[in-house]
Amino acid sequence: MTDTDEAAPAAGNGLFDRRFFLRAGAAGGAALLVARAGAAERQPWMRAPGAGMSDHGAPAPQTSHIRRIAVSSQPGTTGAGVSRTPLEFLDGIITPSRLHFERHHSGIPAIDPDRHRLVISGLVERPLAFSVESLARYPQVSRIQFLECSGNSGGMIAPEPRQASCGELHGLLSVSEWGGVPLSVLLDEAGVRPAARWVVADGADAAMMSRSVPLEKLMDDAIVALHQNGEPLRPSNGYPMRLFLPGWEGNMSVKWLRTLRVTDQPAMTKDETSKYSDLMADGKARLFTFPMGVKSLITSPSPGLFLGPRGVYQVSGLAWSGAGRIRRVEVSADGGRSWADAELDAHVLDKCATRFRSAWHWDGAPAVLMSRATDDAGNVQPTRAAVLAGRAANAFYHYNGIQAWQVTADGEVHNVYA
Amino acid sequence: MSMHKARCLAAIAALAWGPAAADDAPALGEPLAAEEIAAVSFTILPDGSGLPPGSGSVADGEAVYAQHCLACHGAGGEGGPNDRLAGGRGSLDSAAPVKTVGSYWPYATTLFDYLRRAMPYTAPGTLSADELYAVTAYVLHLNGIVGADAVLDAERLPAIEMPNRNGFERAWPDQ
Repeated sequence: MTDTDEAAPAAGNGLFDRRFFLRAGAAGGAALLVARAGAAERQPWMRAPGAGMSDHGAPAPQTSHIRRIAVSSQPGTTGAGVSRTPLEFLDGIITPSRLHFERHHSGIPAIDPDRHRLVISGLVERPLAFSVESLARYPQVSRIQFLECSGNSGGMIAPEPRQASCGELHGLLSVSEWGGVPLSVLLDEAGVRPAARWVVADGADAAMMSRSVPLEKLMDDAIVALHQNGEPLRPSNGYPMRLFLPGWEGNMSVKWLRTLRVTDQPAMTKDETSKYSDLMADGKARLFTFPMGVKSLITSPSPGLFLGPRGVYQVSGLAWSGAGRIRRVEVSADGGRSWADAELDAHVLDKCATRFRSAWHWDGAPAVLMSRATDDAGNVQPTRAAVLAGRAANAFYHYNGIQAWQVTADGEVHNVYA
Repeated sequence: MSMHKARCLAAIAALAWGPAAADDAPALGEPLAAEEIAAVSFTILPDGSGLPPGSGSVADGEAVYAQHCLACHGAGGEGGPNDRLAGGRGSLDSAAPVKTVGSYWPYATTLFDYLRRAMPYTAPGTLSADELYAVTAYVLHLNGIVGADAVLDAERLPAIEMPNRNGFERAWPDQ
């Protein structure tokens, strides 16, 4: 698999120009595929009609290992914890709903949609209640956007790099098509008073999870989501309705949304003060750090996957930013000494993850792969050292540092700081 | 207030926020009576608005804590399997910051609010307002913020100056 003469290297240690795969489709592409389709005889599954239709699809049994990972709860609870998306096993940008990460504070409530209402009150002219049924009658919007927990990748602050899979390290990130009703429509109907600045959102879980959201964000691009990837929300993602705030830390997109209290000030709830705030080294803490920073990571190869023989590999990953669209992703195969632009898949969307791909000729020697994203606001993904500079030693929220994976001569992939 | 007036105000709000789809929206929100709103309103602001009537003492709070909190949060709030609630003062700028109610939380009202919403973990909503004030007082006492004879209510709780009250800088503008 060394048929790479036609492609010019774009960066050190075997990275090709981003157009490699387009050309390779005609020329060297065959080297990427293992042609074993000896179709001379009928395989066993071709000798009789297969299974019939069903009313419910399911993944192939052979892919049953692709499931949420690192499922963990706080001691003494079953519902205060997280589960993560196995990013290393997925391609494209959409996270299958069954694999969307979870972060619950007191489990998943079993809500009767007929008895659930969204109440808007506080600094409004007309306090209003909306049933699930009535919200479904409003004009809907849908967008493909990412949701990332503010604590995602928090393990990267550890002094020594944790050896875990890509999903275990970074899997509090998922991407869905979210559909629902713009908050601006509902707030306009209630009539927001001039003094209003914030809206306190409560969930209908047993912890009544609560966050204060700037009114400006709700009037901008927030929705009351009813649908995820075309189907009604799943209970683990807020059925029958949740707040969805594009690009902002996931905790604020309150699931099982029950009340929106319009106020002139934030409520300073437990989660927005004692938890999702960022302690700095000088002992001061930053409050209300809402948007998620520009970030990328290579999902393949990554820990949990293995390289076979030396040759050409696709280096593929996700890039996203809470500030807007991804403009550029660069990939390095020599630990950041040189970089080549990656090819971006067709879907480059606002506050959504973008799939990037590069072609890399692995010569069989140890190598360090990295990716670096730039968004359309000009923000460039920082290094790990830059993220941690000035922070308290145990401040783990909003980590968006450049991820380095070391490929060993054996084809294993390790998490390294570089 | 007449319906007509409310509709006019809503239209003004829509104009103030720029182009909105309000004209096309079906307006299916149902009006609510004050008691219906109150039944689902749990928001408590740092100025104390939203706090319920009632009061509780540190002494009573110690008993509530022993029964409902100790198993997870440890004797004296020193932490059990779950979050440590007391201590850590002066540690925030050290190499090993310890974030507790006393060392980190900027507002005392937040403690009452969270307890009322979510605690005790296995039976949220079962403590009375008096019990909530009491256990709030006890946890604040464990942090040396109120005295052993303190009694808290809707007036006294928001007046408490938390040690780390000025330890936060807002990254999002208030206006």
